[in-house]
Amino acid sequence: MKGICKSFGAVRVLDNVDFNIAGGEIHALVGENGAGKSTLMKILSGAYAADGGGILIDGQPAAIHSTREAEALGIAIIHQELNMIAQLSVMDNLFLGREPNVFGVIKRGRMHDEAKGLLSKVGASQVDPDRQAHSLSIGLQQLVEIAKALSFNARVLIMDEPTASLTEREIATLFTIMRDLKSRGVGIVYVSHRMEELFSICDKVSVLRDGHFVGERDVAQTNFNEIVQMMVGRELKERFPKRTVSLGPVRLKVEDLSDEGHISHIDFEVRAGEVLGIAGLIGAGRSRILNTLFGLDRQVSGRVLLEGKRLSVKRPIDAIAAGIGYVTEDRKGQGLVLDWSVRENTTLVHLAKYSRFGIVNRRAEDAAVKELMEELHVRARDAELEVKSLSGGNEQKVVFAKWLARPPKVLLLDEPTRGVDVGGKAEIYQIINHLAAAGTAIVMVSSELPEVLAMSDRILVMSEGRQAAIFDAKTANQEQLMTAATRGVRAA
Amino acid sequence: MSMTAQHKAALQRLGPLLALVAVCIALAFMSPDFLTVSNSFDVMRQVSINAVIAFGMTLSILLGGIDLSVGSILAVSSVLAAMMMTGGHGAVLAVAVAILAGAAMGSLNGVVIAKGKVAPFIATLGMMTLLRGLALVFANGSPISGFSSNFFATLGDGYVARLIPVPVVLMLVMFAVFWFVLGRTVFGRHVYATGGNAEAAKLSGVNIDRVQILVYTVSGAMAALAGVILTSRLDSAQPTAGAGYELDAITAVVLGGTSLAGGRGWIFGTLVGALLIGVLNNGLNLMGVSAFYQQVVKGSVILLAVLLDRGGKS
Repeated sequence: MKGICKSFGAVRVLDNVDFNIAGGEIHALVGENGAGKSTLMKILSGAYAADGGGILIDGQPAAIHSTREAEALGIAIIHQELNMIAQLSVMDNLFLGREPNVFGVIKRGRMHDEAKGLLSKVGASQVDPDRQAHSLSIGLQQLVEIAKALSFNARVLIMDEPTASLTEREIATLFTIMRDLKSRGVGIVYVSHRMEELFSICDKVSVLRDGHFVGERDVAQTNFNEIVQMMVGRELKERFPKRTVSLGPVRLKVEDLSDEGHISHIDFEVRAGEVLGIAGLIGAGRSRILNTLFGLDRQVSGRVLLEGKRLSVKRPIDAIAAGIGYVTEDRKGQGLVLDWSVRENTTLVHLAKYSRFGIVNRRAEDAAVKELMEELHVRARDAELEVKSLSGGNEQKVVFAKWLARPPKVLLLDEPTRGVDVGGKAEIYQIINHLAAAGTAIVMVSSELPEVLAMSDRILVMSEGRQAAIFDAKTANQEQLMTAATRGVRAA
Repeated sequence: MSMTAQHKAALQRLGPLLALVAVCIALAFMSPDFLTVSNSFDVMRQVSINAVIAFGMTLSILLGGIDLSVGSILAVSSVLAAMMMTGGHGAVLAVAVAILAGAAMGSLNGVVIAKGKVAPFIATLGMMTLLRGLALVFANGSPISGFSSNFFATLGDGYVARLIPVPVVLMLVMFAVFWFVLGRTVFGRHVYATGGNAEAAKLSGVNIDRVQILVYTVSGAMAALAGVILTSRLDSAQPTAGAGYELDAITAVVLGGTSLAGGRGWIFGTLVGALLIGVLNNGLNLMGVSAFYQQVVKGSVILLAVLLDRGGKS
């Protein structure tokens, strides 16, 4: 791709961007949110048309006006949000829109055989082509998508955040398949926020910043700091800002907590000013602990004590009244009213604080929102802007702001930096540190091991619904956490 | 230089109002009787019943729901009020009971929807049939008339300051109340939040069950108020009254730009939507267009308005 330009309205999203991908290479495309990665890939895959510049394939100029044309040229894209139709079978999904047929009647036998062949190529031969798509795990669905791309004889495969919702094991399988494709001459464009992965799987990396092409590096000859510096345009002082907090008394104590079958016998305590990390594989019950504490899942047995007092939480309202806040992992689905402004979202939880007799005092509300936006460095031109127009990091700051109008006693965080770029992550960590310093007890679930290790005081590891171990974060390492997460609860 | 998104949104919000003004101007040219003071108030009086129902309907639609039972609630309330008055009770008490009964029927809708987790369409569809039956049972299938109260007659036929019909005043007062509640109160904010993202609202401590029950209660009370006005206008309570009114109300809400998906809309739009329907009816009558063609015109206007609305969004 050479000299690509693209504008939306008056906003120039891509300015003279070059990007090269060779066969048999895995090439990372990185940049902060809004840098133009997705737009560039949408142009390559035919979803958008470029305003300027051109695409050359094997040195020949290619005109790509639609996804169909891109596929015909051997360019396939796998979106972060998988495009499977849940109620259809795996093979129906694989051949959607180009079913082998005679006068409109589908030749199911042939489709079945071809589907089997494709699935075995991506190491998913255990998947029955007749199974309904929604019964597959996200990891398997992703493999089906790759199989679909292969059925076009894809020579360039674009993968947008492919590991965002995969377990460690599924990621390992995915990487094996990617290396296999690479050895067969396929060029893979790998878009991801996860730096560790980039260094373990990619050969080259290209960096975009604010719609400009910053540079290309061989992964073997660069390092984390250089890439981040290229992405954010300045040197990131600390990836994980330090925190020095003297811990207060025990704030939250959980004894023998069980829900309706997902988690059982959970025991831990968190002190004021402490961050308790919760690590483990997806499905190990990490989020279930938070859901149960917040009254979303039903607590079946055990006791929860807040500042020594027995707490009975049946609904989120009870938890909020007790001083517990919850930043969920699904920011768009559970955290924000997307059509709303920053202001309305910010005050949703504690609106009563700015009202009398049920009537909202707009002046008090505006003042409070302004203060919170400054405190959390929410970058939005003004508070009336729709929250969905913000970047992931700023959206997440608004979710935090919702809870901070009254400083919570306990704050539950589930994947607090998901979909947030490197610069935004550091700011979220700062917020977490400030909260801890102000005496909030924090429980943080995260799938990113470096994040859990750096941000927590202690780390609880979950495995198959049980508590496998609690580590001191100062002395623990990634291997220990992974071992505890995967070995299950030993006969203890 | 292209318009900013905010300008576009503002223009889109004012779309229904511009349509209303355009239709009024056109009608003023076509019929000299249209733009007179007395005809204007006549139109508004005809609109008032639909508008009052539509205000309540706006709330349920803002939640992403719908209330199909308003026509039947109107009939039951109307019959109840009439029975009380012919039974010798005072008109004030009869009106109060009718409105409370409407609220009670509405709250039943709300409980079935919020606690029973039944889709609003189905819950209120069932209630629509059930209550229509009850209205017929109470009235024994025939109209009830013969009220002697002056106060009651005033509600539908009276004037304030000898100029403004009482139903129009009631409509404007209700409009002001809804405007204030939706725009300025915690409850209003919670209605928008629940409609915009119920999951996020719940996790933020909004009691979404209570919001839903309250909304359908208000919708029922508004239907009952409309029933009182209608009964007073007709000087008789018909157990078959109000059939199809739910569709007129939904039309007014949607014409006013409130999204059927919930979370987005405003009460001013609903008032404008109701007026637009009323003005079309009146104008077509004044021009002597046959009732058959009137339906064709009205249907076309609705489709056109909604298509324009969609066009603005994509």
